Amino acid sequence: MKKTLLLLAAATALAGISAPASAAGMDKVKACFIYVGPVGDFGWSYQHDQGRLYAEEKLGDKLETAYLESVPEGADSERAIERFARSGCNIIFTTSFGYMDPTNKVAKDFPDVKFEHATGYKTDHPNVATYDSKFFQGRYVIGQIAAKVSEAGMAGYIASFPIPEVVQGINSFMLGAQSINPDFKLKVVWVNTWFDPGKEADAAKALLDQGVDILTQHTDSTAPMQVAAERGAHAFGQASDMIAFGPETQLTSIIDDWGPYYVERISAVLDGTWEQSRTWAGMAEGHVVMAPYTNMPDDVKAMAEETQAKITSGEFHPFTGPIMKQDGSEWLADGVVAEDGELAGLNFYVKGIDDQLPQ
Amino acid sequence: MDMTQAIILTIMTAATPLLLAAIGELVVERSGVLNLGVEGMMIMGAVAAFAIAQLTGSAGLGALGGLVAGMLFSLLFGFLTLTLVANQVATGLALTILGLGLSGMIGEAFIGLPGLKLAAIEIPLLSDIPFFGRLLFSQDPIFYTSIIAVIGVNWFLFRSRAGLRLRAIGDSHTSAHALGVKVVRTRYLAVMFGGACAGLAGAHLSIVYTPQWVENMTAGRGWIALALVVFASWRPTRVLAGAYLFGAVSIGQLHAQALGLGIPSQFLSALPYLATIAVLVIISLNRRMTLINTPASLGKSFVPER
Repeated sequence: MKKTLLLLAAATALAGISAPASAAGMDKVKACFIYVGPVGDFGWSYQHDQGRLYAEEKLGDKLETAYLESVPEGADSERAIERFARSGCNIIFTTSFGYMDPTNKVAKDFPDVKFEHATGYKTDHPNVATYDSKFFQGRYVIGQIAAKVSEAGMAGYIASFPIPEVVQGINSFMLGAQSINPDFKLKVVWVNTWFDPGKEADAAKALLDQGVDILTQHTDSTAPMQVAAERGAHAFGQASDMIAFGPETQLTSIIDDWGPYYVERISAVLDGTWEQSRTWAGMAEGHVVMAPYTNMPDDVKAMAEETQAKITSGEFHPFTGPIMKQDGSEWLADGVVAEDGELAGLNFYVKGIDDQLPQ
Repeated sequence: MDMTQAIILTIMTAATPLLLAAIGELVVERSGVLNLGVEGMMIMGAVAAFAIAQLTGSAGLGALGGLVAGMLFSLLFGFLTLTLVANQVATGLALTILGLGLSGMIGEAFIGLPGLKLAAIEIPLLSDIPFFGRLLFSQDPIFYTSIIAVIGVNWFLFRSRAGLRLRAIGDSHTSAHALGVKVVRTRYLAVMFGGACAGLAGAHLSIVYTPQWVENMTAGRGWIALALVVFASWRPTRVLAGAYLFGAVSIGQLHAQALGLGIPSQFLSALPYLATIAVLVIISLNRRMTLINTPASLGKSFVPER
């Protein structure tokens, strides 16, 4: 990271007066990435970096990239984003929810630079786009698997922060599980961090000690998988395929595949066709990929594959009514499908989840 | 293994790296040197331990490698602050930043590989004691080391002549120097001890706690260790109490959440910090005692008069 910083500083000094990107097509584009964790987390940031490398491979000489890792969300990120904007980046991908306001703030001052913010919902300026993946589609599938495989009828959920994306995941997981076993129980533990292997392992141990036999996580490290493997439980991977950490433990993993999106958006800058957009793609577009279904009976695997196929084809949406809110009031009537906008701001649990959602 | 045992074991695993790193830093600070590079030395220990365990196939060698890596890394700090008399605060911070970056570079080849776990050593007879035997006497060697380190440091500081000299240097390096005590040499040794402890604490993370290598895996534990030393007013037994209290509240709050007690999780996440600070502040309320225990020359550079 130090090296990147140094290079950046040098680039800033040298290219201080370089002309910003014009609206028309370009011969060469510089794409910059801001990651919340280290690229070696083998989870969220790792997958974004794999996407960056994929874009480099596809676009070859026409693309130059740079990245900053472990950038804290909040004020620090604003400086990092601004530094990138000044250093001649044509398009900047900010890959965590907490970069939302800083991204929009910097975008205002650099109208010629394109900004792409992952998992957020604010596009205050025409040069800001948002992108996200419908991970909840995968969560529904793993919820069904959990309900089939769990002997305790209870899963543990290691959650990071109570933001809509995470809440969607918990709800979708529970809806999937309830579709198999209406009495399925879910224990949720909030660790208030995206990445802390030790803490994630502690949470995993606490959940297993309290009797769950399946773990799923919305944090970024492989530690929970390892703990589950040690205790002979089952677990679902997160962001990347974590099978190496639990060859007999991992049931499947929801893999984030950002590569195609990065190629598409960077190409748009090259062609001069980039426009503000709000992308929310899922299984159908190949952004949400399921790792091979392993360590489960064939009938469970067949069920998972069927659900996955239905979600991919659009035949089924995980948030299809009737769905009750946690307090028992009706959220979606029979047959009604939740709108994307509503899901993007989801801040309540569905019925059957014991946990109290932190507000 | 019943649930109580399982919970206590989890607490011990969580507390061990904090305790080790803190007890090392305590000796460093008692000698009057403030090394803010604990996080950096820890992460170097973590990456070295993981890499060496992978390459040699022996987790024991990995642990040793972590210890040595932390010590060597601390020598860099020693050279800059003790020989070249650079500012200790700035150098310590730089050491942390360097450690985080360097470890990421070294560890790149090891990302995504499951690691070796350091095996527990069961102490004959003692490990058969009901309940406590399993908790205290069938643990990994790094846990034993952490406890021995606390007892050893406590004895060394307050019962040995060398420890008295070290404390004298920490209180007034000029007076100690005038009395013929070798200030720089003692401080070098203290810094190296601190580095070794931090390195071993890092090794604990990557080959015991979560046997894997990921960048930044210390996740701020070095800073918690630093804070523990201050809040424990530089007393080894209080560092022990603080580390275990922190571990206990950290694990307890996760259980409280899993039980669904309905307490806001943000508050629970902050609880380990709040509880540890509160308890250590209360036991350090005697201001005179705290003043006596605070190394008066802490963080000040020493240049011998000619």
